[in-house]
Amino acid sequence: MSLVELKGVVKRFGTNTVLDDVSMNVERGEIIAVIGRSGSGKSTMLRCINGLEPVQGGTVVVDGETVSAPGADLRALRQRVGIVFQSYNLFPHLSVEKNITLAPRVVKGIDPGTARELALGVLRRVGLAEKIDAYPDQLSGGQQQRVAIARSLAMQPKLMLFDEITSALDPELTGEVLKVLEQVAAEGMTMILVTHEMGFARRVATRVVFMHQGRIWEEGGAREVLEKPRTPELATFLDAVLH
Amino acid sequence: MIREFAAIDVYYLLLAARWTLALTALAFVGGGLFGIVVALMRVSPFMPLRALGAAYVNVVQGIPLLGWLFVFFFGLPILASVQVSSWVAATVAFSFYAGAFLGEIWRGCLQAIPRQQWEAGAALGLGFGEQLRHVIVPQAVRVAIPPTVGFLVQLIKNTSLGAVIGFVELTREGQLTNAATYRPFTVYIAVAAIYFAMCFPLTQLSRRLERRLRVAR
Ligand SMILES: Nc1ncnc2c1ncn2[C@@H]1O[C@H](COP(=O)(O)OP(=O)(O)O)[C@@H](O)[C@H]1O
Ligand SMILES: [Mg+2]
Repeated sequence: MSLVELKGVVKRFGTNTVLDDVSMNVERGEIIAVIGRSGSGKSTMLRCINGLEPVQGGTVVVDGETVSAPGADLRALRQRVGIVFQSYNLFPHLSVEKNITLAPRVVKGIDPGTARELALGVLRRVGLAEKIDAYPDQLSGGQQQRVAIARSLAMQPKLMLFDEITSALDPELTGEVLKVLEQVAAEGMTMILVTHEMGFARRVATRVVFMHQGRIWEEGGAREVLEKPRTPELATFLDAVLH
Repeated sequence: MIREFAAIDVYYLLLAARWTLALTALAFVGGGLFGIVVALMRVSPFMPLRALGAAYVNVVQGIPLLGWLFVFFFGLPILASVQVSSWVAATVAFSFYAGAFLGEIWRGCLQAIPRQQWEAGAALGLGFGEQLRHVIVPQAVRVAIPPTVGFLVQLIKNTSLGAVIGFVELTREGQLTNAATYRPFTVYIAVAAIYFAMCFPLTQLSRRLERRLRVAR
């Protein structure tokens, strides 16, 4: 069974159909890069996968749990699915350590003695162990984003969703975040990432999905999608982002 | 007979100021409880609760405070045949009134926290109450201090309305003193000075707290 199964997913905001019959399977260990123009529904698709947005049609199944069913256990689901946002969304009133350990303590009930160890462990993975006692506003954008990734890792998710996590960063800071992503990928994490970094997508993704007007317009291996677009929409899009 | 305004009058004014403070404190505690409930109702994901909270605020704010004092003091004996003292009536009316205003102030503070903060909590598996308690409220408290103290200062001054149902506090005592001494200028300067002595430290405290919380994030 696939880790993620989207079947005929329809998402509307009022009369605006944002996801129009989206179907996709993601296997364990896959790294899916989602590309497409702004407004094509990429973020919405991620948000439907972890139940932040309810869907109006179709089914969303993650790790055997039907997210789209009424009364789905979203709390249990979100312990298995991490999401990192473009705007980091760290908790400004909490130190890096507390940002990371809040959910493990409150949701999973780990004991406070091991919380700091847990925080240190994930911070090492993103190369920020020395910032454990800092507050978010003392960190650069790139560092904040790495803490956000660490916070998500601390829940030991089976799937991680990344929504344009380098788009708000100055170009010189995107590298450090991409490096962390690449390392998480190398550790075998299943990931779906929305990105405009085509070089990164080609290098790391096992599959690329191109979204257009709320549909999955093209998908396939990274090279084949990025080098040989079959539709004029993808060709136009690639032209625009690569030049 | 008109007598001189003397030190003893200042003493009586100070005694009366205790009742101003006592009524303010009771109303603030009562209003605070109502206010927390109202603010939470108004940000709840459950529509009927939001509507109920809004209805309470609209009804209370749509009728003058004077009206509420009359309702509880003169209305209750007639409607429910329970006799209430001016203390009870004033405490209930002021709590009711403060609850609506504090509820609105605190709702605003909760809503001032960006939606993404709720979402980040939800994405980590926190439930609504946990998001509120660990993520939203700690941030909202910082925003809430200045307007809350501002309202408290208003409340101190508004308690003078309690006089209409026979509640003797600072302003009423001032009127009585003036009637006996016929020294309006002196009397009301004294009254004003006492109000100032109660309100000013609060404003200062608010500034200090604000600064402290900013440093401690
Ligand atoms: N909360 C919302 N309410 C109404 N419309 C929304 C909301 N979120 C997204 N949309 C609309 O859905 C469409 C797709 O948005 P989004 O998924 O954010 O696209 P992308 O991430 O590809 O840029 C856009 O037209 C956007 O305006
Ligand atoms: Mg987006």
